[in-house]
Amino acid sequence: MSARDGLHELTAHELSDLLARRDASAREILDAIWGRIDRVEGEVSAYLRQTREVARAQAAEVDERRVHGDELPPLAGVPLALKDIYCTEGIETTCGSRILESFRPPYDADVIERCRANGLVFLGKTNMDEFAMGSSTENSAFGVTRNPWDLDRVPGGSSGGSAASVAGSEAICSMGTDTGGSIRQPASFCGVVGMKPTYGRVSRYGVIAFASSLDQVGPITKDVRDCALMMNVLAAHDERDSTSIDAPVPDYTQALVPEVKGLRIGLVTEFMEYQGVGVEAEVGDAIRAAATRFQELGAECAEVSLPHLNYSIPVYYIIAPAEASSNLARYDGVQYGYRAAEEGEDIIEMYRKTRDEGFGPEVKRRIMLGTYALSAGYYDAYYLKASQVRTLIRRDFDRAFEQFDLLVGPVSPTVAFRLGEKTEDPVAMYLSDVCTIPVNLGGLPGMSVPCGFSSDGLPIGMQLVGKPLGEETMLRAAYAFEQSTDFHRRRAHPVETRDGRRSVVARG
Amino acid sequence: MRLTPEQVEHVALLARLRLSEEEGARFTTQLNSILEHFEQLQQIDTSGVPPMSHAVPMSNVLRNDEPAPSLSPEEALQNAPDRSRDCFRVPRVIE
Repeated sequence: MSARDGLHELTAHELSDLLARRDASAREILDAIWGRIDRVEGEVSAYLRQTREVARAQAAEVDERRVHGDELPPLAGVPLALKDIYCTEGIETTCGSRILESFRPPYDADVIERCRANGLVFLGKTNMDEFAMGSSTENSAFGVTRNPWDLDRVPGGSSGGSAASVAGSEAICSMGTDTGGSIRQPASFCGVVGMKPTYGRVSRYGVIAFASSLDQVGPITKDVRDCALMMNVLAAHDERDSTSIDAPVPDYTQALVPEVKGLRIGLVTEFMEYQGVGVEAEVGDAIRAAATRFQELGAECAEVSLPHLNYSIPVYYIIAPAEASSNLARYDGVQYGYRAAEEGEDIIEMYRKTRDEGFGPEVKRRIMLGTYALSAGYYDAYYLKASQVRTLIRRDFDRAFEQFDLLVGPVSPTVAFRLGEKTEDPVAMYLSDVCTIPVNLGGLPGMSVPCGFSSDGLPIGMQLVGKPLGEETMLRAAYAFEQSTDFHRRRAHPVETRDGRRSVVARG
Repeated sequence: MRLTPEQVEHVALLARLRLSEEEGARFTTQLNSILEHFEQLQQIDTSGVPPMSHAVPMSNVLRNDEPAPSLSPEEALQNAPDRSRDCFRVPRVIE
């Protein structure tokens, strides 16, 4: 049985090989993951709910089909954790909000259909900031998730549960969504790989909307090969999403060539220093070391300035709340979700009471901000102005991509911060997404790849940014970098971390 | 201060939110500090710059209007907080 014990620590592609050779069954892998969840979930709290019956049936079907001799997709039998933002037919979907507590969607999101068709095994729905609004998962209505590398720290957000589940080996891979950094920032804080594809590359059908011109679905995985395999599942044109790009989908694993000779890589000044304030020293050092590594591998690296990125935060915090205030108008206690108890009042009072009781403070703050920015007399000063500066940001990117094939920088200015550290100061929290937000505003693909550890043993992520539909270039560079380092092989040990901390406390 | 507590209350009504007195006061302060952060945008010359509403060039996506299966009334109503036969039930809206 000892060979079975470590299955939860393997990557999806390693498990895929074992499954194909019949050296492991989907059920054995699932049992190993459940064993791991039983040991560490009490510390990490990555999941809002597990779907063990669904997983058992899916694993059994994969094993049956394999015994039957069916040809199976590469990820068939691999356990996957899902951010609680995807509509999953018959499975409770809350988006981290009281207002959707006990909501059971009557249909599957496009990406969920695709995962089912590929035989992935659904472990459960992961914790997240309410309606994906946040950078630490502390805005969830259902409690916090802890970083598997240090249980006193946040996993990042909003896809914090998804990143923590993979980093804690409680899932083999997971899925998140990214509106301003919500895949890349938690992936960076948790030392795993996360990709936000080009806007429109993955369907948003059935994904609960936050800011529709920015939202994008993507994978969180243990390494770059797993990321490419997941992208092969997720990327597609979908008629049910009018913003879906109708372009051929490549086999992303073909991009996994550890070869960057001649690749032109730009280190973005404004990622290293926002409005004159530099990123944390250890983060800056790790990113510069990564750029040097790319040069050693044969790439051409130079610094490049995109001046309008210095306005990303104000632009984002007008556009995203404006879109959110409109998207979240649908939560009114009529068709689904929570409704406040009636006291004979009129319908407007029913709406207000429902939304007052159903939404948390950050969601209310952003609805207020967005409603104000779109209200009569203020539209031109805020929304229109922000949309114009958004054009300037995109033009900066377009200009940079005339000189470079790929841009790099940190994912976040800091490593994972402490629980509670930024909850009272919204602007400080917003600034933790300063390097990721511009990529959403530009609609470009971005990726987080582990590139080092701080002296406290906390992961540091490097961000790669590609041209529109430049996922393959990103994957190739990420793969070349990863294969020349061993950051992706380290695993977090949350239970040992806890025990270590307790023994320190006991001795003290 | 750009936003007064009265304006905050008005925006809350537009947003169909109801804020407690304490929440209203806190949001007034926080929204003002966020709006102050936005002032930076006024420094940028955007004359003649078209607004960007989507990241990829968009055109209307049309399909033929053909009947196809969709959710049954029962499925559509399964999450309703209150229903009456095949309808969503709400407080009285007309006298």
